[in-house]
Amino acid sequence: MAVAPFGVAFGIAAADAGLTTWQASAFSLFVFAGSAQFAAVEVLGGGGSAVAAIAAGLLLNLRSLAFGVAMSTALAGPWWKRAAWSQLMIDESTAVGSAQTEHRWRRYGYLCAGLSIFATWNLTTFVGAAALSSSADVVTTWGIDATIPAAFLALLWPRLADGGQRRCAIAGGLVALTLIPITPPGVPILAAALGVLAGGQRRRERAST
Amino acid sequence: MTATLVLIGLGAGTYGLKAAAPLLLSGRALPPVVARLADLLPAALLAALALVSTVTRDGAALIDARLVGLAAAAVALVARAPFIVVVIVAAAATALTRAVT
Repeated sequence: MAVAPFGVAFGIAAADAGLTTWQASAFSLFVFAGSAQFAAVEVLGGGGSAVAAIAAGLLLNLRSLAFGVAMSTALAGPWWKRAAWSQLMIDESTAVGSAQTEHRWRRYGYLCAGLSIFATWNLTTFVGAAALSSSADVVTTWGIDATIPAAFLALLWPRLADGGQRRCAIAGGLVALTLIPITPPGVPILAAALGVLAGGQRRRERAST
Repeated sequence: MTATLVLIGLGAGTYGLKAAAPLLLSGRALPPVVARLADLLPAALLAALALVSTVTRDGAALIDARLVGLAAAAVALVARAPFIVVVIVAAAATALTRAVT
């Protein structure tokens, strides 16, 4: 995932949802989890409750727990170092770190990737949010509102190569679409989590091949 | 106000998920069910987010030119376009549709 354009897209999405430039930047500093930030801001912008926005973001971020497990042996050190390093626990830093074999290099890869993305992500979030907040009327004329679904689709795309993931995506999408006219905003996104029930077969398929 | 609440809640919750293993669980594996859920939840939620953000505005159903933008984004993704191209194609297709309708 290209970090810079994605950061700009998040800044735009945050501004479009009514967040100030500073709020958008605070999300990127303190949450620092691309797709979860995007999801929370989308739920908020649609009029969803704070609880729905937080829950949507955390469900997407459950995977950070797995990243932490993958990196924990490499991130040895005093507790305050581990606490600081943990903020960089995202897909890319875990991928770069896991590609190394020695603990020292795993930590080095993780930190280099994490820090460079942290810097780029925060800078580009600010740029995106500031650019849109100064010219909010261009959102519909320039089709900027369509960049948000496109960004979600681009995030989803690589997962669709796998059958189980694809079934979850279809089921989650159908649940959400069905609930739009019935439930308060935000609920369709949360209820889509039930889509994971459609992906339950892969472990057995994999074991048999 | 709501945005600040979300910032605090999501920030604290996300940090908890990130730091749980390095600070508390060192080396222990996740229960298979949790690992499986963590792996599959993004697909279900991202699909819902893509669709809901296409067909709603301010929480209510509204079908408009964004649907053309989403279709154009899908075409760009099939053609293996990079993220920035996918997003620009979606915006351009939507803007164009609005201009001609």
